[in-house]
Amino acid sequence: MEGVSGEVGDFKVTLLKKARYIREDKCTGCTTCVEYCPVMVPDPFNQEIGKSKAVHIYFSQAIPLITYIDQSCLYLKEKKCGICETVCENDAIDFRQKDQLDQINVGAIILAPGFEPYDPRVVTEYKYGIFGNVVTSMDFERLLSSTGPYEGEIRRPSDQRHPHKIAWVQCVGSRRVTPGNNSYCSAVCCTYTQKQVILTKDHDSSAECTVFHNDIRSYGKDFERFYERAKNLSGIRFIRSYVTISREDPVTKNVFIRYATPNGVVEEDFDLVVLSVGLNPPKYSKELAQKLGIELEEHGFSKTEPFNLIQTSRPGVFVSGTFQGPTDIPESVFTASGAVSQTGQLLKHRKGKLATERVYPEEKEVAKEEPKVGVFVCHCGANIGRVVNVPEVVEYASKLPHVVHAQEQLFSCSTDSAKQITDVIKEKGLNRVIVAACTPRTHEPTFRDSLREAGLNQYFFEFANIREHCSWVHSMEKEEATKKAKDLVRMSWARAVRLEPLGEYELQVNKTALVVGGGVAGMTTALSLAKQGHEVYLVEREKELGGIVRRLHYTLEGLDVQGFLRDLIKEVYAHPLVHVITNARILNATGYVGNFVTRVQSDGFVKEIKHGATILATGATEYRPKEYLYGQDPRVMTNLELEERLAKGDESLKDLNTVVMIQCVGSRNEERNYCSRICCSQSIKNALKLKELRPDVDIYILFRDIRTYGFREDYYRLASDKGIRFIRYEPQSPPLVGVTDEGTLRVTVEDEILGNQLEIDTDLLSLAVAVVAPEGVEETALKFNATVGLDNFYKEAHVKLRPVDFGTDGVFVCGSAHYPKHIQEVINQAYGAAGRAMTLLSKETVTASGAVALVDQNACISCGACITVCNYGAISFEETPKGKKARVNPVLCKGDGLCTTKCPTGAVQLQHFKDGQIMAQLDAAKGETDILAELDRAVGE
Amino acid sequence: MAKVIELRQLHRLVTGKKYGDVMVLGGGISGIQASLDLANQGFKVYLVERAPSIGGHMAQLDKTFPTNECST
Repeated sequence: MEGVSGEVGDFKVTLLKKARYIREDKCTGCTTCVEYCPVMVPDPFNQEIGKSKAVHIYFSQAIPLITYIDQSCLYLKEKKCGICETVCENDAIDFRQKDQLDQINVGAIILAPGFEPYDPRVVTEYKYGIFGNVVTSMDFERLLSSTGPYEGEIRRPSDQRHPHKIAWVQCVGSRRVTPGNNSYCSAVCCTYTQKQVILTKDHDSSAECTVFHNDIRSYGKDFERFYERAKNLSGIRFIRSYVTISREDPVTKNVFIRYATPNGVVEEDFDLVVLSVGLNPPKYSKELAQKLGIELEEHGFSKTEPFNLIQTSRPGVFVSGTFQGPTDIPESVFTASGAVSQTGQLLKHRKGKLATERVYPEEKEVAKEEPKVGVFVCHCGANIGRVVNVPEVVEYASKLPHVVHAQEQLFSCSTDSAKQITDVIKEKGLNRVIVAACTPRTHEPTFRDSLREAGLNQYFFEFANIREHCSWVHSMEKEEATKKAKDLVRMSWARAVRLEPLGEYELQVNKTALVVGGGVAGMTTALSLAKQGHEVYLVEREKELGGIVRRLHYTLEGLDVQGFLRDLIKEVYAHPLVHVITNARILNATGYVGNFVTRVQSDGFVKEIKHGATILATGATEYRPKEYLYGQDPRVMTNLELEERLAKGDESLKDLNTVVMIQCVGSRNEERNYCSRICCSQSIKNALKLKELRPDVDIYILFRDIRTYGFREDYYRLASDKGIRFIRYEPQSPPLVGVTDEGTLRVTVEDEILGNQLEIDTDLLSLAVAVVAPEGVEETALKFNATVGLDNFYKEAHVKLRPVDFGTDGVFVCGSAHYPKHIQEVINQAYGAAGRAMTLLSKETVTASGAVALVDQNACISCGACITVCNYGAISFEETPKGKKARVNPVLCKGDGLCTTKCPTGAVQLQHFKDGQIMAQLDAAKGETDILAELDRAVGE
Repeated sequence: MAKVIELRQLHRLVTGKKYGDVMVLGGGISGIQASLDLANQGFKVYLVERAPSIGGHMAQLDKTFPTNECST
């Protein structure tokens, strides 16, 4: 991007499109040019560990899956070579391409430039680039990968041996104020290291793995269990110590690390050292900020609104992902959806004006025709072609009955190949199509589309997987693989001729949304949807809106929470499209995506709400501790109770001489095996406030790991600088709290560093108590067909990629109901849920698959087995003249076929996977005579 | 000569205007998600990426925690 002018609603962006030297419309990604290219270059995708060619595809699953020529090319440098141009059969090489300036006009901009892995070369102490066997975690990631430089074998740089004894050094570039390092915590390294440890043990179960760390920050959802999983593997050590990477063995090239132990400093050698590098702002962030006219915060990430991390300093420019600050993948995903929601608030009037809907030709009636099968066998570049003899498979397929066309294709999925399929269908009147290539997961939609383009029902398409199921797993047995490919094609053929056309279900979408929970999450989502023109019902259990945030007064960064909350509540009540129902109880909820009906009771009235989407934002609450004399001694309180006293200006707090805070009360134990994420920051926030009131107050924070991830680390440092003392305790010897005979509140804790019992007489004890799911969350979940996880927080559809969706379509989650979060994170996720809900609410209709279960009610014996087994509540009894019979709601059915396995009479059949279709496919695996012969052998004849 | 080319390009800019609703800068997991959500809502999107492929850093990862699923 070269520059931006104009303003919100009308930005003019100048782009410089770099020359690829490849005609994108001609290149099929066959990689012939790559094979012939004589120039080897370090592969940027593989962290320059492996080699690539001057012309190559960026990585095996690149999109677009075509080559590019890099500047190391001989022709580009000195007009020599040009072999690629000669060997390319598609005339796709174009050395005359130039970088091109282009201008686009847009209404809004979303910035998602990501991050730059910290480069440890800037500080010599890390010895990266100096000792051969010191790699970064990003390098190691590529070493682990099957598409990496050693095809998934972990080899070390110096001699390509498999390293057996590996050390990880945490916080490389992070949590340090020395030049060349970042002051903040990079937030993801602790957990990715644990992942790398687990994967290393998968590669070599006898590997010895050592992690040198300062705190283990497993603050995310399910991270604590993940940490325990890593910790409990054999041969794993987690050692808490700063380290020095001291020297390299001149002969073995092993790397020595010096670290502290209770018995003094020791030195130990490792085969390989992995630097767990942190997250820097994107490399070009300063330049980017200048061109965009946005401001950066002090660490070089995007500056944002205090309570809206998605809004940059320039109207109409939004930010998502790690440019907000170091974050993990789920946050990057929901802030993206959040940025979309805020874009929608701005540009709702433009929706659908520029984008065009695809129109398909009308479907031809072919079900009664004789089958006319077309078979397309894909080379997948060399993926299939180098193992399976593709022409032989084509030849074989062409001889199968009803097959009227068979051909090979280099990449069936490429745009022109897919179009070719459409053309052949039309030309030869095909009514069944088989593509023998990869998996339905990657390309079934592509080929179904080719059928629709030709006016053929898309359920006449059949996939034979000769890549994952054949060439990839039998790369050494070419002949056998070719034979298997033929078997697979024949099996697909047997099914294909029995396929039936199916209709899909078009459902009207109700444009109203229901938001359950009137805390900050629920209100933010509700407002964002309303601002995009949708009616929203916001139901809240309590008398007033606000949730747990009513008890929060300031953030670690010093923001005024109550002021923000007041404004938000006011805005919610003022918006004509938001209907607030407080004191509400949900009686029941029925329906399905786009068409839910929920009955809500409030103050004696029952309201029936029809809505298309549901957002669950039921929040979280504070654990009521039984430990540490809570409830027995008035000097013992929770963090929130202390915050309330601080906010009220309680004068007695100024008289405190000593304050103790205990972390992880009710968290990270057997009962609640998770980290409550926010309490470390909360304690530090209160401690700093107390220090403001009285600078000489003694404050002790008793902790297990301080988890001030991200920029919060700066406040941890500030607290240390202000003399707040941090004392670590082990879970097996927690602090003891008692009252002496004189009535003194006394906290006893083992001091690890001094190695003795420390007795602290304190005036106040504040407990950092766990964040827990509110009561009744399971019932709410049940009503909306949502799921809750082990710790009673809602369970999203996919922890990384669908962090605010549920498995049940049309239902979304946000806020602390998903997992404990800081207020800005809650707001991020609330916008995310609104963005996802908008993908549904902005449609007139939704389409449900035709491959669903169907009950033959004549064969149904009303046993209810199918109803019990269905995970989606898609089957119920209906009254018929012949009694109650099972009926499938096709909209709720996900087509998993569980019901068909349970039905004792075969009354339930999964469309598109009917018994007859599957049996025919299985029978075709072997000829009947083969099966008989095998049976004969089995019975000893 | 370079000036002439630049002028030609400028001319093309003026005549061949490209209108969209939103530009998403960066084709990593966040940019891809934003683009898909926008497109699914009927917005025309320009997704701009510096590298020869979209995917970003997530594509470089082997697996993702805490489920250890494949990243690409």
